[in-house]
Amino acid sequence: MIKKIFLIGNPNVGKSVVFSRLTGVQVISSNYPGTTVEVTSGYLNIGEEKIEVVDLPGTYSLEPASKAEEAAVFLLKEYPKDEIIVINTIDSTNLERNLYLTLQLLEEGFPVVACLNMCDDTQHRGISIDMENLEKLLGIPVIPTCAITGVGIKLLIERIKEAKPCVRNKFSHEQRWQDIGQIIEKVQRLTHRHHTFREALEDASVRPVSGMIMAIVVIFASFKIVRFLGELLINKVFDPLFFNFYQPILEKLSAALGSQGFLHHLLIGELINGKIDFRQSMGLLTTAPYIEFSMVLPYIISFYLVLSVLEDVGFLPRLAMLLDNLLHKLGLHGFAIIPMLLGFGCNVPGILATRILESKRERFIASTLISIGVPCVPLQAMIFGLLGQFGGFYVAGVYLVLFAVWLLIGVILNRTLKGYSPEFLLEIPPYRFPPLSILLQKLILRVKGFLIEAVPIVLLGVLLVNMLLYFRLFDMVNYIFAPVVNGLFGLPKESTIALTIGFFRKDVAVGMLMPLALNVKQLFIASVLLAISFPCVATFVVLLKELGLRYLIKATLIMIAAGLVVGTLLNLGIMF
Amino acid sequence: MKKVSLIQMKEKQKGRVFEISAGTGLQNRFMSMGIYPGKEITKLSHFALRGPVAIKVGRSILALGHGMAGKIILEVE
Repeated sequence: MIKKIFLIGNPNVGKSVVFSRLTGVQVISSNYPGTTVEVTSGYLNIGEEKIEVVDLPGTYSLEPASKAEEAAVFLLKEYPKDEIIVINTIDSTNLERNLYLTLQLLEEGFPVVACLNMCDDTQHRGISIDMENLEKLLGIPVIPTCAITGVGIKLLIERIKEAKPCVRNKFSHEQRWQDIGQIIEKVQRLTHRHHTFREALEDASVRPVSGMIMAIVVIFASFKIVRFLGELLINKVFDPLFFNFYQPILEKLSAALGSQGFLHHLLIGELINGKIDFRQSMGLLTTAPYIEFSMVLPYIISFYLVLSVLEDVGFLPRLAMLLDNLLHKLGLHGFAIIPMLLGFGCNVPGILATRILESKRERFIASTLISIGVPCVPLQAMIFGLLGQFGGFYVAGVYLVLFAVWLLIGVILNRTLKGYSPEFLLEIPPYRFPPLSILLQKLILRVKGFLIEAVPIVLLGVLLVNMLLYFRLFDMVNYIFAPVVNGLFGLPKESTIALTIGFFRKDVAVGMLMPLALNVKQLFIASVLLAISFPCVATFVVLLKELGLRYLIKATLIMIAAGLVVGTLLNLGIMF
Repeated sequence: MKKVSLIQMKEKQKGRVFEISAGTGLQNRFMSMGIYPGKEITKLSHFALRGPVAIKVGRSILALGHGMAGKIILEVE
């Protein structure tokens, strides 16, 4: 009786794409090793049976090197071997390297089906593989697939049940490679071709000078595109929708409610100069949807679109290599840049992605740095919206301060924490050009994820602020924290509550600053403080889960200290 | 034939792995990624200031830290 099907394979061979095809469960897949750090499962119907399929993080061998790989190997060994089937996903363009894990799996006695993925890619790379012969030599079913387009998946499902353990002696590492060499000689034919433009580009991107130039161009262009697309969506789509269609409806509702009273306050909020002001009214039907849909969502869309392109093309591992030196100063290695970049979207997936780092020390440093120095899209969008009015100079200033804080805290942590950080060892994938439909699918998945998580909490946050305003409860809190907020940071004491709300949602917090009419300097300091001080509650939960209570407390103390020092210094130091 | 470490190799030079002078943990990691004695490797690039080294092994490109690169000893022409 088969209870589970496990998908295992080297990093970046497309396990998650195969998984999505088999189960219909959508998961994020990209072109870099280590995209999957969590174990996901779904169901596959084979005839009458419904069997659980588990997508495991990628691993090069059954001797794990990171937390994510450990999880994969642990799960695989948890079940009796006659109750599971292992689908070993293999990158056909790199058969030799992939077969190492296959042999290990066979030696351990797992019932294996080999799924030779990315078969469409072999032809123009001049590789041909004799599938029948490979099947004979390995003694297991071998099915060529191209999971992105779905080719071969049907055959894979049909033949899953043919998997059976084959008797194989345990080899030493050297013998295993010798064996693989012999198999490769028999099944793989390479035809020589000229170096393609793509390969020339791949080579250039791992050289210091050409790589650095390419990286600067790509990052600069990405930033510009994110801003351009974001603003385009706001000005041409979301703002017109709100002002031309939504506002007239709300005006009628406001009049019907008599322009005042509890219900009016709850739904519409305060009228500013007798009119609804989406930025300042703080009602559940006014400010809450406006912040989420017209200020944040456009940037979520543009950021994730650009990030998806960078991920799928295979740019990120190259960036990791370029930044390896810098990150070593922070006790990390190059790969840590990938969690950081994901953190710019939302800190939660960023911190989860640190699982791919080898040591706990690295994971602590990386997670702390993400929660302090990496502002998420909702926060950035609000900073663009608010501070951007005064000029790009101030927005750039916020990033510069955050970068300095990120660097400084990283260096301090690296100098003071016991232990060492392991070195960088990363496979650089080939450039790939995914079809637009795949990019859009991923974008939709992420936007949906954002809406599901953000909307309820934003509503709750606005409700809380709304009620506190109505019952005039802010005064007490403001009074208590006035010495710090006003004395040290130079902010009006009313902004205390905004900083506190930052614990729920950063976007609502910045939204709360809007009615306070802060000057540029105050807005600048508040923006930096919101980024540095407490991350939002969702990030806290992930930090607790990933690091444990002791490290969470450590990280929190660092955040508070950093917030106090930076806030005070900025207040004393800058004169705009 | 002389023996050099991966760091001492020149860019675009080819060499055959002679030995990996590291503990079993790292040896196994290299092994599973296709770096083992007898394997041919091409060095692609080397970043300044003790930066990472990029190599081509079989059909894959790998980037490894400076310290790791020093542990791979190769035979070159």
